[in-house]
Amino acid sequence: MTAYAFTDEQLQLRESVRRYLNDHGTVLRTRELMDDPEGFDQPSFQGLFNELGVGGVHVPEEFGGAGLGYVELCIVLEEMGRSLFPSPYLSSSVLAANAVLLAGTLEQKADLLPPIASGGQVATVALYEESNLTDIGNVTQCVVDNSFTGVKSFVTDGHVADQIILVAKHAANPNGKPKFWLSRSDDPGITCTSMTSIDTTRRISRVSFENVKVEPLGDVEADFSVFDQFIDFALVALANEMVGGAQWLLESCVDYANNRVQFGRPISSMQAIKHKCADLLLEIELAKSGAYRAAQAIADDDPALPVYASIAKAAANDAYMLAAADAIQIHGGIGFTWDNDTHLWFKRAKSSQVLLGTSEIHRDQMLERVDLLEVG
Amino acid sequence: MEWSETAVRNELRSFLESSWDPNADLLDWRNKLIDAGWGMPSWPERWYGRNMPLSLQSVVADEFARVGAVSVARTGIRLLAAETLLAHGNDAQRERYLRKILTGEEIWCQLFSEPGSGSDLAGSTTRAELVGDNWVINGQKVWTTSAHHADFGLLLARHDWDVPKHQGLSYFILDFHQPGVDVHPLKQMNGHASFNQVFFNDAKVPRSDQVGEDGDGWQIAMTTLMHERRNAGNIFVETRRRGVFNGTIYEQEAEENKILLEPYTWYPQRAGRVDLVLPRARTTGAISDSAARQEIAKLLIMARCAEWTALRARAAQQQGQPQGPEGSLGKLAGSNIARQAAKVHTLMTGIDAMTSGEDSPESGIIAEILLSVPAISIAGGTDEIQRNIISERVLGMQKEPRTDTGPFKDVRKN
Repeated sequence: MTAYAFTDEQLQLRESVRRYLNDHGTVLRTRELMDDPEGFDQPSFQGLFNELGVGGVHVPEEFGGAGLGYVELCIVLEEMGRSLFPSPYLSSSVLAANAVLLAGTLEQKADLLPPIASGGQVATVALYEESNLTDIGNVTQCVVDNSFTGVKSFVTDGHVADQIILVAKHAANPNGKPKFWLSRSDDPGITCTSMTSIDTTRRISRVSFENVKVEPLGDVEADFSVFDQFIDFALVALANEMVGGAQWLLESCVDYANNRVQFGRPISSMQAIKHKCADLLLEIELAKSGAYRAAQAIADDDPALPVYASIAKAAANDAYMLAAADAIQIHGGIGFTWDNDTHLWFKRAKSSQVLLGTSEIHRDQMLERVDLLEVG
Repeated sequence: MEWSETAVRNELRSFLESSWDPNADLLDWRNKLIDAGWGMPSWPERWYGRNMPLSLQSVVADEFARVGAVSVARTGIRLLAAETLLAHGNDAQRERYLRKILTGEEIWCQLFSEPGSGSDLAGSTTRAELVGDNWVINGQKVWTTSAHHADFGLLLARHDWDVPKHQGLSYFILDFHQPGVDVHPLKQMNGHASFNQVFFNDAKVPRSDQVGEDGDGWQIAMTTLMHERRNAGNIFVETRRRGVFNGTIYEQEAEENKILLEPYTWYPQRAGRVDLVLPRARTTGAISDSAARQEIAKLLIMARCAEWTALRARAAQQQGQPQGPEGSLGKLAGSNIARQAAKVHTLMTGIDAMTSGEDSPESGIIAEILLSVPAISIAGGTDEIQRNIISERVLGMQKEPRTDTGPFKDVRKN
């Protein structure tokens, strides 16, 4: 992306991801997977790595990745959001990879990133606890003498993760920022239970740790923490995934309205319907601009990123939820049925809206950081 | 010839070094610019230009700004008139009108909207009848900016009532200096009178001042409006000059602007004055109020994302990529931003929001915002028409069934 337009290479990447997901991420298959205990299709997930080569898009080549940037990663995510492709990609290739990239030592990167980038292992990040359900930074649990006891919830894809990266404070510095610690799902003392989400295309777990030995990721003694940056990176990734889903909903509305006939004409000729769609297009394009701009800010190491990340998430939340609600309304009665596909995206919109902060939280946060706007 | 940025910069820089004089007479200077092709370099060489691609326009503006050089006259709708004549006029008309548009000697206005045809511009009922060698014009136009200063108007009028409405329109250049033309100011709800109503009572247009052929009116009007949309942000003179420059030519330019920009003084308020929001949030204390913070942030997020959307549209265009939907959304986004800004200004101002005048918040600016914002979703195409255009042209949705496709004389009117 040269500031505001995608390059030809980036457009080609989008094309090839879309083609792959059109073949491997059909709604029919997604519906089958909603009842599957793992919740995703192993061969299709592996194909992302072996066939499509997007496993470690933004992971440097020396660590087994493709060595591209965050903009490319976000293109992949937008396409996944569009097709609602169920997979642990966000957990593993984005959240866990980011934690290692940001916090890990050179040795840890060389050790941990290649299996993530090749799809050989699935990793995730355990972030949420009782104290930070609304204020994500308010982590209170501590690691004491490299040992952790506590319960983490809303762990995405915890049920299939080999590696669980724990977010917790260092007991020596309970007022400092949270740090990252490594654990493996088969470590003694770890129990993982599935939580029931309205969105069965993205699985969540509750992970309980009982005197689990954890290894620090990077230098946990330092005052400096990459936690805020990790969250901003996650917000931007999620926002890009979300605008892809919103775009799919809009297209499905237009398609349905062009074909649905009432009162002797397609309902797309009625202003009540077409104006709704025009407004949706506006909201979605604005949200895309926010998501793309924030992705570029990561690629550029832009100091305004904390503002842009909150802008991107708030705009994506509002656009995706509006699209989801309007899509059901435009479809009418059929839109409220299980057989119609709209509710699958509605549920993803809802689960994404509340993951990593609602719009209210991010609007407040962007104002707290607004002085940075003068920089950007 | 092929233009490169360096070539433009070098040639223009040496021209400005040898010719620019801040104490020159405004008219002399503009004539010099026109003769040198630096007034409108994107125009054809035959008509005072240099065939330069539009993409280099900003380089030219940059060089002018660097030395503080005054440009050709660009305010108001004069450039829409010029572009329309370049596209559809004949050589005699271009010869007669273009230069004086650029020197600023002659002022133009646009005679399109009527009391009975606003959104439905093609429903114009201003009558044009050919009598001998003159078109005789009767009817009324409205929302005409600068009509009270105008020398000429771009007129859309109906010559044929027996054909469907778009086919019966023709396009004329109307001379304001004649007895059949009456101009009356139109006072708006915000107290300004930036527009006029123009009445035609057997006004005359010589045949030589008809643009295009009979029935070409609608197509030519579309050219004018396309340039209006494209230049929507350029109604104001480009003031990219850095630093303070002194010279008599600036006084002449300021005098001209005082008259021509007067109708536009409230336009920034119409857009909601987002720039005032954060400073006022801090002085009023609204920045610490959680309900206010939500509304302020909604506004700033919307404004930022709209700005980035416009930049995406421009970048895609510059890279020669096909235009995406982002290019058609600016106007609708602008309306939403202005309305949200009015809401935020109101909640931050509290009961003082009912006051106006010098003693009221920001010396009356807040009141002017609140009373001007309702115009933005109407002027230049209502939000509803924008949504029709977007849904039909960008999203490919169906048109509404029409009841006005027969001969215009049979179509129901106001």
